[in-house]
Amino acid sequence: MILNLLIAGFGGQGVLFMGKAAAETAMLTGKEVSWLPSYGPEMRGGTANCSVCIDDKPISCPLITEPETLAVLNGPSFDKFIGAVKPGGRAFIDSSLIQKKTGRADIAAFYIPAATLAEEAGMKGLGNIVMLGAIAKETGFAPLETLEEAIRAVVPASKSALIDANIRALHLGYGYGG
Amino acid sequence: MAVLFQKTKGLTDKETHYCPGCTHGIVHRLVAESLEELGVLGDAIGVCPVGCAVMAYDYFNCDMVEAPHGRAPAVATGIKRARPGNVVFTYQGDGDLAAIGTAETVHAAARGENLTVIFINNAIYGMTGGQMAPTTLPGQVTQTTPYGRDVNYSGFPVRVCELLREVDGVAYAERVAVNTVPHILKAKAAIKKAFRNQLDGKGFSIVEVLSTCPTNWGMTPVEALSWVEEKMISYYPLGVYIDRNVHHGGKEGQA
Amino acid sequence: MAKKYLMKGNEAMAEAALRAHCRHFFGYPITPQTEVAAYMAKRMPKLGGTYLQAESEIAAVNMVLGAAAAGVRAMTSSSSPGISLKTEGISYIAASDLPALIVNVMRGGPGLGGIQPSQSDYWQATKAPGHGDAQLLVYAPSSVQEMVDLTIRAFETAERYRMPAMLLADGMLGQMMEPVTFPDEVPLPADKPWALTGTKEQRDPNIVNSLYLTPSQLEAIVKDRFKRYELVKAREVLFEEYRMDGAEIVLVAYGATARICKAAVDAAREEGIPAGLFRPVTLWPFPEKELSAISGKAGQMLVVEMSMGQMVEDVRLAANGRCPVSFYGRTGGMIPSPGEIAAEIRKLAGMKGVD
Repeated sequence: MILNLLIAGFGGQGVLFMGKAAAETAMLTGKEVSWLPSYGPEMRGGTANCSVCIDDKPISCPLITEPETLAVLNGPSFDKFIGAVKPGGRAFIDSSLIQKKTGRADIAAFYIPAATLAEEAGMKGLGNIVMLGAIAKETGFAPLETLEEAIRAVVPASKSALIDANIRALHLGYGYGG
Repeated sequence: MAVLFQKTKGLTDKETHYCPGCTHGIVHRLVAESLEELGVLGDAIGVCPVGCAVMAYDYFNCDMVEAPHGRAPAVATGIKRARPGNVVFTYQGDGDLAAIGTAETVHAAARGENLTVIFINNAIYGMTGGQMAPTTLPGQVTQTTPYGRDVNYSGFPVRVCELLREVDGVAYAERVAVNTVPHILKAKAAIKKAFRNQLDGKGFSIVEVLSTCPTNWGMTPVEALSWVEEKMISYYPLGVYIDRNVHHGGKEGQA
Repeated sequence: MAKKYLMKGNEAMAEAALRAHCRHFFGYPITPQTEVAAYMAKRMPKLGGTYLQAESEIAAVNMVLGAAAAGVRAMTSSSSPGISLKTEGISYIAASDLPALIVNVMRGGPGLGGIQPSQSDYWQATKAPGHGDAQLLVYAPSSVQEMVDLTIRAFETAERYRMPAMLLADGMLGQMMEPVTFPDEVPLPADKPWALTGTKEQRDPNIVNSLYLTPSQLEAIVKDRFKRYELVKAREVLFEEYRMDGAEIVLVAYGATARICKAAVDAAREEGIPAGLFRPVTLWPFPEKELSAISGKAGQMLVVEMSMGQMVEDVRLAANGRCPVSFYGRTGGMIPSPGEIAAEIRKLAGMKGVD
């Protein structure tokens, strides 16, 4: 498995879109990929998560219950999933929205103030893409250019004005902490 | 030799299974004549109900489909959406249209489906042997209202034209009867108009026909015709309930 | 190479139906298949087709009946509780010898159940898709690509044999995205001389009907239909075998469960347990002969389903006592993990002393 990524946050934070951008990136690099959302009766404000599996082999189970890589964008998701990360795995935590730190020594934790970084750069609401940039840098699952190409492909035509902001957010996350 | 009168091409030569004195035969003929006179028999597609007219596909000389009980307006919707150039009609009884198929009727009407619906109201379930229909009159004795329909217990009859008058997609709703010659002539005009409306793209058109069931009413055919006049028409007044074009202007029916 | 699209199963299936020249979709919203309706509502008007939101699943399937009788490719889509409502129409469609596609994106049941993935409508799809002696073609995709391929195949096969077809997917396949490709061209449907088109007063009326009051006539018609079913059984069975070379423990699973089983088989093989997977792709016709042959060679079979055990009965009939058939299932919307299936294989291997 090249990347086994569970992304979780509030509905409306762009959790599903972030996963879709990662999945599109993997498709562009010719990898096997699956994207699976949680789906439930709640829409805005409820919890949302999605599983993204990227591999050289066909994906058997698109549902991730024990992520190797976890990205959490809010407190309830941190509480719910931090314990599920596989030993040796990684957790990307939006520290502008989550004050807690994990006590787990068997995983690598990255505290990235994604939402704040985005807002300070005038891209309020693009914390999800900042986070994606940081994950790409840390995991190296795809080159930055491919991520940019994927962003262009997945931003709907009706919102094409947002492509540039998304790409800037991606770079911001990719460059964070170097 | 000049031909003064002949059977309409719209009916086959098959003998019908209807009971003596039943007025289904009259209504079949009015529908068939209307299709022939409008020159659309070759374009017609009819939808049969479940009920006494279930085998109407043997009698109408056009393409026909047999629908599940009550679903004729949905089946007709599918046909008309697939073949808008054809003339599509349903022929339904009171149980089919006003009991089990109420949802299909009301929603096909609400969508303003460009269909022609022929509705036979004889105040009873004929084919199953005379049980209470949604249109059975208060006090009327049937197999399942042996002491007469008690509205406090079994509820009230459904007046279909009055109900559909309030539905925006309905272009035309008229109630007619076929118990006298003048009524039959009016019924013919109404049925023909309901088909002409479809040709003009006006929307959902329904003709409710007060009909007889001498067998299950326990009457002679002549008594049954009188019963329509004396009992049914007073509860179900004849006349035009709505007559308009719901599809003027854009396809949404907005002016 | 054909262009790849990252699409949800529900949307890919809808697009496949459009590419297969289906221009009539009648539906009613229900989770987890609502994307199908939304996709069709967006695309149909641009293609000159019909997307219609019906007042109920019952009305939707009867609109399909009408459109199919009129000779066009028509479909409806729903999820478990909605399919129960459609079974009346499905019986009439089968009895009227009409081709049509019904999609079931299964969710947990019975009753209102849940909205998470399930395979607990196997019996309904294969044994009782409505009242009376009748069958449906039942296709069980296991990937988003198969949602595409089997949708097209279902339309074509349904027309060839004049019978309804069902695409039996589940919430996972409907909701997940995977890369898919679409065929450049799908052949146009053949002419349907039996369809209701209007006689133009140049031929006898076409009658689409399911009523036969004379028992001997009804029997003859049903028997004739069953002769067609025999042809379907002989020609249309589809299945996939995975690592079946020398397999002593044969997993049998379909749909989303089968892909999870592949990971379990891989894990078992790595531990030296000779496991393999047999995946029925058509659930009706069921790959009975193939499973029967396998049961003569395999040490044992393990059927895995997202149900309390439905297909397992057909596997046991096919095995007919030639090898033990055990079952592992999760239900209610729970998805079995590769790990728990592998544990089940290990347990069986231990019992047989394979390890």
